[in-house]
Amino acid sequence: MAATDFWRRLGAFLGGLLAVGGARAVDLPGDSAEAMFHSYSGGGVTANGPALLVRKSVMDKVSLSASYYVDAVSNASIDVVTTASPYKERRNEYSLGADYVYRDSQITFGLNRSKEPDYTANRYSLDITQETFGGMTSVSLGFTRGSDEVGKHYSPEFADIATHWQYRVGLTQILTPRWIASANFEAISDDGYLGSPYRIARVFGAAVPERNPRTRSSRAMKFRVNGDLGSHDAMHVEYRYFWDNWAIKAHTLEGGYSRYFGDRWLADASLRYYRQGHALFYSDNAQAETTYVSRNRQLSTFDSIGLGGKVSYTWRKEPGKYEVKLNGSYEFVRFKYSDFTDIRTGSAYGFNANVLQLYVSATF
Amino acid sequence: MNPALHHRLARSTRWVLCAALGLAAGSALPVVAPSTAAPDFTLRAMDGPNMRLQEQRGRVVMINFWATWCGPCRQEMPHLNRLYEKYKGSGFVLMSVNVDEDTRNASDVAAKLGVKFPVLWDTDKKVSRLYDLATMPSTVLIDRDGKVRYVHRGYLNGYEDTYEKQVREMLK
Amino acid sequence: MRAGVLLFVLIAGSVLGGCAIKPIEPWVKPYERERLADPIMAFSRSSLAERHRDHVRDVREGARGATGVQGGGCGCN
Repeated sequence: MAATDFWRRLGAFLGGLLAVGGARAVDLPGDSAEAMFHSYSGGGVTANGPALLVRKSVMDKVSLSASYYVDAVSNASIDVVTTASPYKERRNEYSLGADYVYRDSQITFGLNRSKEPDYTANRYSLDITQETFGGMTSVSLGFTRGSDEVGKHYSPEFADIATHWQYRVGLTQILTPRWIASANFEAISDDGYLGSPYRIARVFGAAVPERNPRTRSSRAMKFRVNGDLGSHDAMHVEYRYFWDNWAIKAHTLEGGYSRYFGDRWLADASLRYYRQGHALFYSDNAQAETTYVSRNRQLSTFDSIGLGGKVSYTWRKEPGKYEVKLNGSYEFVRFKYSDFTDIRTGSAYGFNANVLQLYVSATF
Repeated sequence: MNPALHHRLARSTRWVLCAALGLAAGSALPVVAPSTAAPDFTLRAMDGPNMRLQEQRGRVVMINFWATWCGPCRQEMPHLNRLYEKYKGSGFVLMSVNVDEDTRNASDVAAKLGVKFPVLWDTDKKVSRLYDLATMPSTVLIDRDGKVRYVHRGYLNGYEDTYEKQVREMLK
Repeated sequence: MRAGVLLFVLIAGSVLGGCAIKPIEPWVKPYERERLADPIMAFSRSSLAERHRDHVRDVREGARGATGVQGGGCGCN
């Protein structure tokens, strides 16, 4: 009886939460266009390419967006050079989105298609955000379904699929006129072929094709706080904890500081620390026969530290009409593996990566 | 878990939940509601002398609360301009109350938007608090006797037609 | 598990009825949100840049999710 009483009240409360806010409207995302050149290079892999995004509101009710992203990959990573030969590949990614705003709610539909010669990934997503409590609290729910087609170069007989389900819930809360916090939770389930048909595992020193489970279930929880520091600057701190049924546990800690310099310049600095434990079936050199075995360093024990900087210059500005900004960001990341050896040298593997983004963004 | 502990936990849970983030729905009536007298105030103007609400008695007054950082507020400006130009000769006054901290930037934006009506500064938010604004923008329409007739929360496309209809009705 | 449910409900709000205490009003008014409306306080300023950064990490790290970036993703073996 006490239990049903509690649920009845909770239902009444949640109903009340949704009723608060009256005729206040959530803003439709503003019109914008972005053109970017992105570049990654590290560990023998380079991936560069352009990316474009256009967003336009239609009839003041819907905001439509489309983006195109290209990755020209040149892969000479440690896996590739030690088990195969370097290759070049191009990946194209197309996205379409529609945002619809009604009073205090925003509904977003998204479609995404990523295509490379041996892998096609499709994603369909739906997100709903609801503002409540006088606009101080914002609750969001989201769902993404993905379906991939996995292929293998020079092996037309290899064809497999992978499906993914992502469920997310988020809460954003204004704490004071200068501080805002958010909490996000996401559960992801995968089913199907989750490995790589090219990757090799090592068992008793011998190379064998890797054997991955055909399911994976993971959870991630992230907390973030943004604060305005009073002198045209702001800071943010975030922490994410990840765990899955492959026994991987990962921590991500990131902090950043942003500051305006004069009327036109904005600079950001950020520091990110990532650390993960290895998957249950991961081994650099397995000393036993197990159902699943993998030497995928993405599943190994490693940590990475990234230091980034970003600069934005407001090139043209008409307040209330349009604004064009030139932006550049650079991040240096150091990866250090604990249980993945570089078989060329025999010691634990590590590498540095450089991530560069140069883009022009316009809002109108 | 034993029943006594369960009961204590349920009770303290309810207390903690009550004390936690609460609801605003169904709470106190808004201070500014139709058919109440509009609270009086005096504010510094962007250009010109200070403006006092009470001195506008006898004219139809529209108070529009806005800020440069609020998108719908800026969208609304051209419509308010048009409304002001059309009816100012018939005893219509538009008092535009800006709540920006940086008045210099707000003057720039107002000038760029080609605003012709008086802009007043409420940097310390006294008048905003007095009128208990629930949204940005907020528009309050006051009749010739100083009584609040309509309160509009937010701005959506088409609201300006409602404003015009209500102003015409009050100007009769 | 129980603590998790309690935390969730706490975050979601308080309970109607049975509350002898007056409910709390939103304490940051709409006209006090100037600093929060500044782009410097946004969680993400550019969705393209965010997506790229996320992708770079997704491909190399075992962890995924809860980043705030919706949709998108590829196996990229």
